[in-house]
Amino acid sequence: MSTNDLKTAGLSRRGLLKSATALGAAGLILPASVRRAMAQPKRGGTIRIAFASGNTTDSLDPATWDSQFVQSFNTARNNTLTEIAPDGSLVGEIAESWEASADAKTWTFKIREGVTFHSGKSVTPDDVVASINYHRGEESKSAAKPYVDPIDDIKADGQNVVVTLSGGNADFPFIMADYHLVVLPSADGKIDPLTTDGCGGYVLDSFEPGVSVKMSRNPNYWKSDRAWFDNVELLSIVDAAARQNALITGEVDVIDSVDLNTVALLQRAPGINVLPIAGNQHYVFVMDTRAAPYSDNNVRQALKYGIDRQELVDKILQGYGEVGNDIPIGRQQPYYNTELEQKTYDPDKAKFHLKEAGMDSLNVQLSVADSAFAGAVDAGVLFSERAAAAGINIEVVREPSDGYWDNVWMKKPFCASYWGGRPTQDLMFSVAYQGGAPWNESFWDNARFGELLVAARSELDDDKRRAMYWEMQDLCANEGGTVIPMFASYVMAHTDAVGIPEVVGANQGMDGLRAIERWWFA
Amino acid sequence: MSVVWTMIAKRLGLGLLTLFVISIIIFGATELLPGDLATSILGQSATPETVAAIRKELGLDLPAHTRYLNWLVAALQGDFGTSLANKRPIADLIGTRLGNTLFLALYAAAIAVPLSLMLGILAALYRNTVFDRAANALALTSISFPEFFVAYILIFVLAQSGLFPSIARMDASTSFGEALYRTFLPALTLTLVVTAHMMRMTRAAIINLLASPYIEMARLKGMNPMRVILKHALPNALAPIITVVALNLAYLITGVVVVEVVFVYPGLGQLMVDSVAKRDIPVVQAVALIFAAAYVLLNLTADVLSTLSNPRLIHRK
Amino acid sequence: MATLVTLLWIAVAIAAALGAGWLFRAGAVAVTRGPLARALRGAPLTAAFGMLVILLYILVAIFAPVIAPFAEREVVGSQFLPWEAPYYLGTDNLGRDMFSRLVYGARNTVGIAFATTALAFAIGSVLGLLAATVGGWLDQVLSRVVDILMAIPSLIFSLLLLTIFGTSIVTLILVIATIDATRVFRLARSVAQNIVVMDYIEAAKLRGEGLWRLITREILPNAMAPLVAEFGLRFCFVFLMISALSFLGVGVQPPTADWGSMVRENATLITFGDVTPLLPAGAIALLTVAVNFVVDWMLHRASGLKE
Repeated sequence: MSTNDLKTAGLSRRGLLKSATALGAAGLILPASVRRAMAQPKRGGTIRIAFASGNTTDSLDPATWDSQFVQSFNTARNNTLTEIAPDGSLVGEIAESWEASADAKTWTFKIREGVTFHSGKSVTPDDVVASINYHRGEESKSAAKPYVDPIDDIKADGQNVVVTLSGGNADFPFIMADYHLVVLPSADGKIDPLTTDGCGGYVLDSFEPGVSVKMSRNPNYWKSDRAWFDNVELLSIVDAAARQNALITGEVDVIDSVDLNTVALLQRAPGINVLPIAGNQHYVFVMDTRAAPYSDNNVRQALKYGIDRQELVDKILQGYGEVGNDIPIGRQQPYYNTELEQKTYDPDKAKFHLKEAGMDSLNVQLSVADSAFAGAVDAGVLFSERAAAAGINIEVVREPSDGYWDNVWMKKPFCASYWGGRPTQDLMFSVAYQGGAPWNESFWDNARFGELLVAARSELDDDKRRAMYWEMQDLCANEGGTVIPMFASYVMAHTDAVGIPEVVGANQGMDGLRAIERWWFA
Repeated sequence: MSVVWTMIAKRLGLGLLTLFVISIIIFGATELLPGDLATSILGQSATPETVAAIRKELGLDLPAHTRYLNWLVAALQGDFGTSLANKRPIADLIGTRLGNTLFLALYAAAIAVPLSLMLGILAALYRNTVFDRAANALALTSISFPEFFVAYILIFVLAQSGLFPSIARMDASTSFGEALYRTFLPALTLTLVVTAHMMRMTRAAIINLLASPYIEMARLKGMNPMRVILKHALPNALAPIITVVALNLAYLITGVVVVEVVFVYPGLGQLMVDSVAKRDIPVVQAVALIFAAAYVLLNLTADVLSTLSNPRLIHRK
Repeated sequence: MATLVTLLWIAVAIAAALGAGWLFRAGAVAVTRGPLARALRGAPLTAAFGMLVILLYILVAIFAPVIAPFAEREVVGSQFLPWEAPYYLGTDNLGRDMFSRLVYGARNTVGIAFATTALAFAIGSVLGLLAATVGGWLDQVLSRVVDILMAIPSLIFSLLLLTIFGTSIVTLILVIATIDATRVFRLARSVAQNIVVMDYIEAAKLRGEGLWRLITREILPNAMAPLVAEFGLRFCFVFLMISALSFLGVGVQPPTADWGSMVRENATLITFGDVTPLLPAGAIALLTVAVNFVVDWMLHRASGLKE
């Protein structure tokens, strides 16, 4: 296969992604007031955004960006090689274009010329290599290390950056859009991770960890149709009531993570719009498939039938989400298995599976904390109430939020967890469902699933690939150790003054973390 | 007077010892918390390799007593080091926040202390009247609401109508008057939280003395009841009142994390809670020591003042 | 106008409360005899009202399963239903009956608060009285330990301890009781110090009374008044502590209903003018006021003032 063929293959893949995400966009029905605000973008103003996250220990180091606050602010300060567009397709950012070798093992990114850092230095391929290398290798302390581990070699070649992978991966450019992998200025092949410099649309003026960030527009930004606000102020307001009050009293213009318990009341406040975006974010209850009784697939199936998914969507998400079907793939993703039977609450089926497992009743402990996802404790209580009808007694154990990911997740045999979702099916499955993957939270190791995953990764025939992904989803739903009862929308709110694009990114919260450079004052 | 000086010297010495022991307790407790900085920073993204790399770089792989001694030696030389999590010097992190915390504490105290003394004296004077009962019931109601709830109610009533800002943002350019205005709601919340305790103690301490023979005497001489309380009862009731005021001042400095969270006020409490969550031990240690020092100093001041207020204690046999 | 109506309602509520207090006092005097009846007859209406409220809370706590129409954890319908039969106070965010949860909350909350305060007083006052009576090195050691524990901010200290030991109800009680005990110790010690120098204690020592007898028979009765006053406030601070802890993410385990956590769960509603969180908060406030009214009366009796 010549390079040319692959390029077309890549193009058709992108085309496919576009048509598929159009579905998602159609599902997004915006309230009239929002559409009114959708005039032409214009420059000016100081946007003030309040985030539910942000911590006094936050750092400028890209290895550590763990919350929407630091992620959003650094995405405004920096650029990555590629960008996931609001419609879910992939577009170039620092990389102008890219192409792969026939086996999808070697990728060549052409670096955009004429882009400069805030300090005035040009962005060079060497900067890109140093920035990616910061996350790689033995010494890496980066949360993104597992993403860049498949890179065998990365080097600059003229205006290009050439990446060699240990195995073929047709979706590799999507990985380069990850928010950790920003391009920072380098010297002697190393970046200074604590630099305040960047090449994004906004220049950092001040950063007080856990309190606020102030930024001003980068006058030399290479994108002409982005970065509309003159100044940006980001606040960390962790308390839900305080955040909503700040919006109501006009002290901020936008808030993320609206408290769903009071969203109906907030909607009634004059001049306030609630903005729900359905994405791939899903909340899960995960079992350790190595440990009894979860090692028996009948027990896992019983629990999957013992949960009232619709009630969770109604009461925990207040309707701002969709029922899940135990697969980590969103309905708007291209390879979503539309023919898989939707599991519903069915105590009889749950009892049947228990009997198959040789049990009359089942007593288990479910570990939860609201740091797993907002409402996890309540969701656990509802799960427990409903499962009781099937003879499953779930004792809900509230674990301390502090240290949840370290002490409970992947340690306790049955616990709550969440996933922001991944832009591609391959990435989602590889990260959390492939046997032996570091974040395979259910420790599920299915041979057939593993084979299909590797085969699909470098399969370029779309129909064959689809068939593989559909079979994987079937395995996941009917044999996997993860109960995925609901997909939660990202729910934000803003005042009438803020202009929102017609299509809002759903790959992460805050318009794919890019609200700051994509939104404007109407 | 030399009694007082000896007492101060002795208590300061003990205070230093207290700080030393507290640094061990806090270090030990933070060590006992499951997980460390590496795992809590990486959270759900942790893998064994990255965790090991962070531990190695920050020296978290050293044994606990080595790390404690290293910290102690540096701290004794006045160097509190840098935050492990974001590599900033701890002195910078704490500087402005300490100022903010003290500002809010003094602001609240400036309202609460005179108010509660006045109410306490009036309640003692008009004891068992409607005024006494009403003041008591109101004060008790205000302390039986959790702080964050009092704050929400004040926000609902006073901030949503636009009278005061609902978040108390401060930066270097905020003028003093502006700062008073912005932090009015948190100061009012704290006032409501601490007034009841001080008021009830004032009232109780005064009433406790009213049955004494010398007060009886003053009253029999036909002295005005207000004068009896101010001239004869209050001076002898000062010691317990001063103690409870000092306790509440210490609370205003060290215990207001919830109010800081609700009003987004950058104080030390929030820094401490965040640093505990991230196991950023040097920051936790520094803040804990500031809190402990504030407590020790306030207690000492209270004891000195109580002693000075009572000549019998100065000229002890 | 709205203010006037509110004031009128408050006046009506106070009048009703005093009336109930009067009836209760009359009833109580009628069924008791001797010194108790005499004491009750002299009780002010506020104290009578306080006793009535405490009695009601105890009854509700004991007979919770009889009074509550639904089970504590039962999901009975959809969420936030209005105040209509059979859900007299509506439903909460998961669709559980609010009235039933308040009733069960009385049992859990008052139980936890009482256990915690009693434990704190048992530890704190025994050690405090002991330290003051024995003096010497025991006093030094205990006082220094307490100084150190008190110098660590209590909320943050309990957060640390609860994270280390987990948040079962037993650890919650133990942790809060330990922290409260330091406060009680200081008070008990300082009160007892003024008593041990009295002549009658000297006399008792010369009579050869043992340490235990000295403390329980001679010192404790004379130190009772300030300790009781402190008990009234500490009792209420336990609710607040639990509430603040649940604000910071640790607290009573679900689905147990307790007022502190219920205030926390519904608190955001108050910023939209919804009164739901006022129900558990009001339940706490009423009990606080009631307990302290009774305490005030006992203090007044102890002080020996006539009027």
